[in-house]
Amino acid sequence: MSSILIRDLVKRHGAQVTVDRVSLEIGQGEFVAFLGPSGCGKTTTLRMIAGLTEASAGSIHFGTREVTNLPPYLRDAGLVFQGYALFPHMSVAENVAFGLQMRKVDRAEVRRRVDEALSLVKLAHLAGRLPKELSGGQQQRVALARAIVYKPEVLLLDEPLSALDAKLRTEVRTELRRLQSALGLTTIFVTHDQDEALSVADRIVVMSAGRVEQVGTPREIYQRPATRFVAEFIGLTNLFPGGLEGPGRFRCESGECFSTGSTDVPPNASVLAIRPEHVSLLRDDPAPGGACALAATVEDVIYRGALTEFVVRTASGAKLAAHLQNTDLGRDELRPGDRVIASWPADAPMLF
Amino acid sequence: MTGSRSPFPRSWSDRSFWPVIVGGCVAAFVMVLSPLAAIIWVSFFENKIISFPPTGYTFDWYRAAAAMPQFRDGFFTSLELGLVAMLVSLVIGVPAALVLARGRFPGREAIQSLLLAPLIVPGIVAGAALYMFLIEVELASGVQVAMTFTGLAIAHSLIALPWTVRLVTASLVGLDPQLKEAALTMGAREFTAFRLVTWPLIRPGVVAGALFAFIASFVDLEKSLFLVGPGMTTLPIVIVNYLEWSIDPTIAAVATVQIAIISAGLVLTDRYFKLARAF
Repeated sequence: MSSILIRDLVKRHGAQVTVDRVSLEIGQGEFVAFLGPSGCGKTTTLRMIAGLTEASAGSIHFGTREVTNLPPYLRDAGLVFQGYALFPHMSVAENVAFGLQMRKVDRAEVRRRVDEALSLVKLAHLAGRLPKELSGGQQQRVALARAIVYKPEVLLLDEPLSALDAKLRTEVRTELRRLQSALGLTTIFVTHDQDEALSVADRIVVMSAGRVEQVGTPREIYQRPATRFVAEFIGLTNLFPGGLEGPGRFRCESGECFSTGSTDVPPNASVLAIRPEHVSLLRDDPAPGGACALAATVEDVIYRGALTEFVVRTASGAKLAAHLQNTDLGRDELRPGDRVIASWPADAPMLF
Repeated sequence: MTGSRSPFPRSWSDRSFWPVIVGGCVAAFVMVLSPLAAIIWVSFFENKIISFPPTGYTFDWYRAAAAMPQFRDGFFTSLELGLVAMLVSLVIGVPAALVLARGRFPGREAIQSLLLAPLIVPGIVAGAALYMFLIEVELASGVQVAMTFTGLAIAHSLIALPWTVRLVTASLVGLDPQLKEAALTMGAREFTAFRLVTWPLIRPGVVAGALFAFIASFVDLEKSLFLVGPGMTTLPIVIVNYLEWSIDPTIAAVATVQIAIISAGLVLTDRYFKLARAF
């Protein structure tokens, strides 16, 4: 059974449409990430689900209950804000107790559940502190405890990690995922950070300009992007504009001709995309092998530790990025100016 | 010491600027405080005609002032007017500030300017205008408003209103609108969210607004000038009237009492709410 069902959700501000016919079904206990650049409508969609922004059209159901026009206090959602929005005049325990008190839970039970929620986020020892006396990471956990303590039907997270530093962010997102699965909470997580979305979500909803570009598992989104936008937004991609030239052959504007590989080829494809990690570079010794190989010159080398990023330029002037894992310690080092053959597996190209 | 923590640009924290800054502050304080200090000093002089140096010191002028009915009546009229003005400005000003700080709606700027306008219009002009308006009202309705407590109360509410609006708005500006939204998502209805979250956070601003409203009303001279009548006069006007005929330390004693009340009000206000935030 679906836990959240969104049908043709629209938000208009005058003539401007910020969310355009978004439809989505989220299963019980599922962790879904809304991913997109800022201004893509992901936060507005989340706010409509929370009831803080009125929907212009469409419907939202939590389970079998329609909530489209319900005020936020009748929706039973838990929301963690980007800035946490902890009540500055209340202690940590009072902040966490707020939702329970609103639900008229009796005093002893409030105490018990506040303790439980705070232990869950490992902050039981700070119950008496004021929010301003906590670090950013601790405040973030209070905000989370406050949103889950009353066991909401859906948990909504609006860029909850963006205010934390990089190391803490990784830690907290793992913790968040663990808690979410343990409690079985249906969760929507808004982020503009693809790493975050790829690493925590069961499914990712990629949004752009108010529309859903693609919905899929992290693997599907990365390996089989449905649109050029998704291919460009998630990970790095080499793009070659051009057109199809007979079955299985793609002619780039720069002149090269590539095999389209075994993936689905849209009949009016105008761009061929290849992930940099699929490109391998070999010194220009052996003869070029087939349609997936290309003679080029190394232009730029950036050593990144686990991998090295190369930028090579083909004879026709097209640029190509290649990421090579540094697994072979004795590998012959390529330098700018070296002539190489760039190649990739036959099924690597993606066409849009 | 790192020095980079200083809130001032480098040139300001540079020691060579200190004499200028300290000198400026001292000069400003001397200019503001010396007349007040002089008045307080004079109020204890023994001589009937103010002259330096005093022949001795006495509390008699305070007793004399308290015995004069015009000062006593003026004092209580001003006190009552201050309280009424405070109440009216709260009842109108707090909701107005709440709406102005949160909402984005057509005419918002206009309403804000209108509420702060009494600060800009010269007091004497506003007083005269209000007087003429009240006379017109009287002519049309037959009910006397000018030279009554009601008339004065309307004027003083106008004096107080901009201050309440300003101070409450200032306290709302620093308030994260997401706090209320957080309360709503956790199950609080609008009013509950206001009572438990918004109100406790803006209360210092409201208290400060109330105290400042009282002070603004208590010291007003120009707006009240046309509106007072026999038996219905405010303290500042009583002082001016008295000064017209005689100058002795009685007036200094009255002024000292006034200064004490206003200072107490300001200090109290500042404890609740840093006034610097409102300007």
